[in-house]
Amino acid sequence: MIPFEYHRASSVQDAVTAVADRPDAVFLAGGTNLVDHMKLGVVEAGLVVDVGHLPLNDVDRLPDGTLRVGADVRNSDLAAHPIVRSHYPVLARALLSAASGQLRNLATTAGNLLQRTRCVYFQDVTTPCNKRTPGSGCSAIGGYTRYHAILGASGHCIAVHPSDMAVAMAALDAHVVYVDADGEHRMPLSDFYRLPGDRPDRDTTLPAGALITAVEIPPPPDGARSTYRKVRDRASYAFALTSVAAELVLDSGTGSVAGARIALGGVAHMPWRAHLAEQALIGESATEDTFRRAADAELAQAEPVQGNEFKVELTKRAIVATLNGLAEGRQR
Amino acid sequence: MTTVQPRVMGTRVTRLDGPAKVTGTASYAVEYPVDAPLYLHAVQATIARGRVTVMDTSAATAVTGVVAVLTVFDAPRLADTEDGDLTILQDDQVHYRGQLIGAVIAETPETAREAAALVRIEYDAAEHDTEIRTDHPGLYAPEQVNPSFPTDTSDGDAEAALRQAAVTVDQTYTTPHEHNNPMEPHASIAIWDPDGPRLTLYDSTQGVHVVRKQLATVFGLDLEQVRVIAKNVGGGFGSKGGPHSHNVLAAMAAQRVGGRPVKFAVTRQQMFDFVGYRTPTIQHIRLGAQPDGTIVALSHDVVEQTATVKEFAEQTAVPSRMLYAGANRTTSHRLAKLDVPVPFWMRAPGECPGTYALEVAMDELAYACNVDPIELRVRNEPDVDPETGNPWSDRRLVECLRTGAERFGWAPRDPTPGLRIDGEFLVGTGVASAVYPAMTQPGNSARIECVAPGRYAVQIGAADIGTGTWTALTQIAADMLGCDIDAIDLQIGDTDLPVASVEGGSSGLSSWGRAIYAAAQAFRQEHGDDPTPGDASTADAPDNEEAQNYGMYSFGAHFVEVRVNRYTGEIHSSRMLGVFSVGRAINPTTLRSQLIGGMTMGLSMALHEESVRDHRFGHIVTQDLATYHIASHADVPEIDAIWLDSVDAHANPMGSRGAGEIGIVGSAAAVVNAIYHATGIRVRDLPVHCDALLN
Repeated sequence: MIPFEYHRASSVQDAVTAVADRPDAVFLAGGTNLVDHMKLGVVEAGLVVDVGHLPLNDVDRLPDGTLRVGADVRNSDLAAHPIVRSHYPVLARALLSAASGQLRNLATTAGNLLQRTRCVYFQDVTTPCNKRTPGSGCSAIGGYTRYHAILGASGHCIAVHPSDMAVAMAALDAHVVYVDADGEHRMPLSDFYRLPGDRPDRDTTLPAGALITAVEIPPPPDGARSTYRKVRDRASYAFALTSVAAELVLDSGTGSVAGARIALGGVAHMPWRAHLAEQALIGESATEDTFRRAADAELAQAEPVQGNEFKVELTKRAIVATLNGLAEGRQR
Repeated sequence: MTTVQPRVMGTRVTRLDGPAKVTGTASYAVEYPVDAPLYLHAVQATIARGRVTVMDTSAATAVTGVVAVLTVFDAPRLADTEDGDLTILQDDQVHYRGQLIGAVIAETPETAREAAALVRIEYDAAEHDTEIRTDHPGLYAPEQVNPSFPTDTSDGDAEAALRQAAVTVDQTYTTPHEHNNPMEPHASIAIWDPDGPRLTLYDSTQGVHVVRKQLATVFGLDLEQVRVIAKNVGGGFGSKGGPHSHNVLAAMAAQRVGGRPVKFAVTRQQMFDFVGYRTPTIQHIRLGAQPDGTIVALSHDVVEQTATVKEFAEQTAVPSRMLYAGANRTTSHRLAKLDVPVPFWMRAPGECPGTYALEVAMDELAYACNVDPIELRVRNEPDVDPETGNPWSDRRLVECLRTGAERFGWAPRDPTPGLRIDGEFLVGTGVASAVYPAMTQPGNSARIECVAPGRYAVQIGAADIGTGTWTALTQIAADMLGCDIDAIDLQIGDTDLPVASVEGGSSGLSSWGRAIYAAAQAFRQEHGDDPTPGDASTADAPDNEEAQNYGMYSFGAHFVEVRVNRYTGEIHSSRMLGVFSVGRAINPTTLRSQLIGGMTMGLSMALHEESVRDHRFGHIVTQDLATYHIASHADVPEIDAIWLDSVDAHANPMGSRGAGEIGIVGSAAAVVNAIYHATGIRVRDLPVHCDALLN
């Protein structure tokens, strides 16, 4: 273990002040990702600022119906929250499909968003990795790629974001609320994450030193039905090969698709909002053929690498099966 | 052979070690309270072959709390370097990536880990070769395969019979690298007393006497100068069947620091580096049969790997030599020595991967002949052991199959694949046979002492690796002495106790129970039924003369139902049933745990387990439990194991055979056969993932 300073933040402001001008500082909440990385030598922090106990634990419904989730709300608690269960089943299911009970009890909302992209070579300090050591090369390309990206990757990095929760939040048009030295800010989740490009060391656009304090999720549209489907190599405690967060609104008269929001997990450096699939669905009849066309439209841009070509077809099928389930009312 | 009348044997005695384990008071290897321990963190090679040219320890040594740093240039010399797996830090050569090439010993584990990362190493790297393939130029026939089976066999003329056979199956099956991952990774506390010298090792091992013997040789000590203690072991599955290089490193470190205990807890990542693993196997099976399924020819040719530093030859084709009848038969094993760690025992070495391939091939033959797969096996039931011509001691494979078929609801079963649809799922069922030899290890001794009126200490250096030895051996001792289990003070897991063989090859209870039987006989002969405290007797287990005269095996039948998602190919096993013939059940509770544990491992092998070696680097890159998938609870379906009520009159005085490994044998094949029945897709390469079923 590399020695580091530890500071238990007394307030949001104290936390933000503590890390100012400290590029070697990290925030600690649940620690389920950070502590692993510190042990493995992936992260060498000089200062650890503990924010896990700050009063950011509430789930509130704002007057306009928006759900405001405190940054420190534990994944288990969020999944069990009555409003999440009743109004955002996609989010509850995504949370419960992630990790294990023990990890969900520790992991926080903001920490989940901020977990690093996952790749066996990133975690293994004996192999080159552009994310860990910019310019050293990408070991995944030409290596073990089963869990790697098929969308939006670059020649520098093909890692994927491992979160399930964030995929649901991407489909739900969530916003990230954060505080930095200039005060409180709001950013759509779609702007929060970034593709690797030539800077795979950066997973998000969050400004340095900023502390996430909440996530805001607008109310779902009337008549929306939503669910989360995760395809994985074992039934529990496994990362997604591919996953689908989907919400459908069907026209009560014609039964055709009036609204659709879809995000994909396990396939890109960030939760992948499937806008092309959504566009292909609107106004169409809610049939398997329609769903297949929508999946084809989205995955037309897929660029798998050797070893993960199967994920293109697998993702299409996961989309079709998920939408089938929603259309048939097996989930709501 | 006389079998002892059971009174306590056969009853469901609750685990005697359970309360200590669930309350956390049972000590595992590195948990023993020792004075002023030091902590070791290993330094490992990051090339797969070549030479270490520089190990700069200055930065590591400068860290406060670092007591010593060992390198390949200054480590203590070993007395014996015959065993290439145990010979570390004796020269600058790197034989595989992850090889132990140094150690930091410090006041805290964190300090040791930090300093180990600061050791600056330079290499002169050479080209490496870590990939086994059927056209590998280095393939050779070993002198024998584990532990001492012939490498090749040939009976009749298999080639001619195959050419003439009405029906043939000719397929290749593969299994990947697999790594044992017991809950307790390998761990040791080593204490080197310079007076003597004397080495004490608290270890996580399947055999304290095995570790003692091998380490005494390596360090040039007499047996009496080495003591090994292992009271509780958190799983082993074969990987703890002997010492590995971490034991040597811990003892070297203890030697260097002169007296203070050194703790070395192997990390989960290191479990993939130097404590053994199952070789990948490439198995070519050819079956020739008459139209009714009667086998006329069987050939089973295996290609697998070993290491450059030491040979380990998995006996993969061995079960094909005896499981079914057939006059013409060949089996072979070919190995290549690669720049990899030494493979070792893992959960039914040989029988497990070999039976996987054979039992999938049998399913293919059943389809080729249009015969029910159970009926096919019944038609190929041998009257005597095909390998030796000996009669069977207690072969009840057909009864296992029939009993299971009845209970599972096998009939009526339409064999046509891909027909049964339930919502999003295709449903199928599969069956496979299981076999495992009833081994008894030589070299066991037990001592019984009357410690108080009506109370007996029963001593043997056996091991409990979580399997229930503490309980079952106490039951055996009670029946051998004719008393209740409360009267028995069992003492195991210490080389100060009489010599005992390894808990491996499903031979533990059979081997140790035989010694306790001998000691009890001697004790009663010498001291009668009313001994006085202090009376003691020691006896060696006699050889089992009958082992030469009988084909002595446990058998079983696996039944599996799977559900395969029609869209995504995801596979869920929905029902598993195993029916076994293992002789007498010593303790039905722990027996059932062993059997369903083995079946689950087979499911895990079928659907999950795969260590991915990146041949560019030479090491396993799936080196944690997030990426090396073992079946989770959610993957384990409705599962049940039952056994036939039987007593093997030829095996041992308990009438039992081993049950540790039979549960995994054939289990994976039954899963794969069920997947075929569900989908019509025959997968021959393990593990079966959803992408294999997308078409």
